[in-house]
Amino acid sequence: MKVIKKLWLLAVMLVAPAIAIASTATVQLDHAPASLSDKASLQRGAQFFTANCLACHSAAYMRYNRLKDIGMSEDEIKKMLPEGSKLGSTMKGMMDAESAKAAFGVAPPDLSVVARSRGADWLYTYLRSFYVDPSRPSGVNNLVFPGVAMPNILGPLQGDQALQVEKHEGHEAQMLKLTSPGSMSTKEFDATAGDLVNYLDFMGEPAKLVRYKLGYIVLAFLFVLLVLTYLLKKEFWREIH
Amino acid sequence: MKILKNLVGWVDDRFPLLDTWKEHLSEYYAPKNFNFWYFFGSLALLVLVIQIASGIFLTMSYKPDALIAFASVEYIMRDVQWGWLLRYVHSTGASMFFVVVYLHMFRGMMYGSYRKPRELLWIIGVVIYLALMAEAFMGYLLPWGQMSFWGAQVIVNLFSSVPFIGPDLSVLIRGDYVISDATLNRFFALHVAAIPLVLVGIVFVHLVALHKVGSNNPDGIEIKKHKDAKGHPVDGIPFHPFYTVKDMVGVVGFLIIFCAIIFFAPDMGGYFLEANNFVPANPMQTPAHIAPVWYFTPYYAILRAVPPMFGSQFPGVIAMGIGAIAIVFLPWLDRGKVKSIRYRGPIFKAFLAAFVVSFIGLGYLGLLPATPTYTLISRILSVVYFAFFILMPWYTKIDKCKPEPDRVTFK
Repeated sequence: MKVIKKLWLLAVMLVAPAIAIASTATVQLDHAPASLSDKASLQRGAQFFTANCLACHSAAYMRYNRLKDIGMSEDEIKKMLPEGSKLGSTMKGMMDAESAKAAFGVAPPDLSVVARSRGADWLYTYLRSFYVDPSRPSGVNNLVFPGVAMPNILGPLQGDQALQVEKHEGHEAQMLKLTSPGSMSTKEFDATAGDLVNYLDFMGEPAKLVRYKLGYIVLAFLFVLLVLTYLLKKEFWREIH
Repeated sequence: MKILKNLVGWVDDRFPLLDTWKEHLSEYYAPKNFNFWYFFGSLALLVLVIQIASGIFLTMSYKPDALIAFASVEYIMRDVQWGWLLRYVHSTGASMFFVVVYLHMFRGMMYGSYRKPRELLWIIGVVIYLALMAEAFMGYLLPWGQMSFWGAQVIVNLFSSVPFIGPDLSVLIRGDYVISDATLNRFFALHVAAIPLVLVGIVFVHLVALHKVGSNNPDGIEIKKHKDAKGHPVDGIPFHPFYTVKDMVGVVGFLIIFCAIIFFAPDMGGYFLEANNFVPANPMQTPAHIAPVWYFTPYYAILRAVPPMFGSQFPGVIAMGIGAIAIVFLPWLDRGKVKSIRYRGPIFKAFLAAFVVSFIGLGYLGLLPATPTYTLISRILSVVYFAFFILMPWYTKIDKCKPEPDRVTFK
């Protein structure tokens, strides 16, 4: 066994530097203040999402009644339903794909699983990283998604940001600075973006809410079973010399 | 009890029930000194069963149609009762199958399980491994995400580099000029019917061959040399009940890791389920970075390490193919006097360590974009990888081996 341990140690030592080389990110992402156990935040995010994002985007795999999972009552959900939708309907966008494409150049992507493809931190940073750029058709650009087609729909809330390049000890750092305030303070806006990302994370995988809870029970059971099977093995092997 | 006995008797008169039970379980004598590494054979069988069982249920809700395949996977994740669990069991099972099989193969390399008289057993094992790779590759297309689509595109395109027949061959595989609905349908058929049938068949043959020659053990010596009055090996113990109860411990230990992944990290940070595969397949938009799933990346790195020759990628494809099947030649490359690493000299140990490093290193580099530095490292590691095989007849012969014990080591 000693030889094997040495082999593994050697393997790890030789591979480790390669891992270090590989981890270089381009834009530093902010950590999303999202927590699936915060039901109030999830509900605020759901309200915000259905009232704003669904104007252009869809969430074609998400059913309205799934909002019960985050503690909303049927009556609350019914109030959010658009014309012609039922509790079991999926979240369709208000805009049809053709006119959306005409307006933005690309059809706005479906957001059902966007948190799974992009990650919560990316979304949180993205939503807060629009800045004024007159060279773009929409008048704005984004730090983590350069050349983005989406207009800064949250601009009225956040205010306008400008891109500034600052030099720190030889490094060039891109900074965003608020030039004119919106209807929310930065703190309020960050919290709103956090709620929205929290909701997107839930919507990307509603099963997440039960997955962790169930996981602890399953593992607890398996650990008990491990002890029992080990004792059984020991009992049988007593006679082997 | 009497009814049961009569029933067994009735069946046994018409089918070799008790003989089979005895030959393969209660009177199959396995060496008593199996260690940790010997869990992975039975675990591979367990994962095969898990994959078939979860796969059957997934098939009931999945739709192999390019227009709705992606949506049907999300339907499973959201609307099918326990669908998310089935899907995660199956996706985690795919990766864990390779984890278990790689450890099982490495066990064989350490203890010389491929040596005479187990050459055929080893060859059958390599065939299982190749079938498993085909099974995993085709299954990966089914969620119809960006990685599914472009991964398949890259791999199938490799076949078009074969001289003369390449373009026709790739069209035959795809059933179209691009990866399309036709490809999805045939990959689905192969993934759920053809290859699983082959897999189950050759796994059965693998076990029959194993029970004919008997299991190797960490000492690499034959237990059949010493038999008692009844003709049973003295260092052997009946597989049932001794290894059935021992393997149960292994199974539960495995399930703890398996379930920890399923419930707490089913994407495994993008290694088991890639983030980009949550974007529906889009033939008009090539992702910035295409990498196969982790279990294929060592060979992918070899492919990229070989420079194109005469304007063709074919030499790299050949190198990759040989890289994947090279282990099949081990029984004839190894000239060592002993089988087990326990009694091998330092040269073999050094080469095996270098092999492990090259395999893991190539696997890691295969996940990354090809930069000049990475390509250079990939080339060095590819040379190390092949040197392990090509130089084996030489270094196993000159290595200073320790004497093998007469009986197995058992504490």
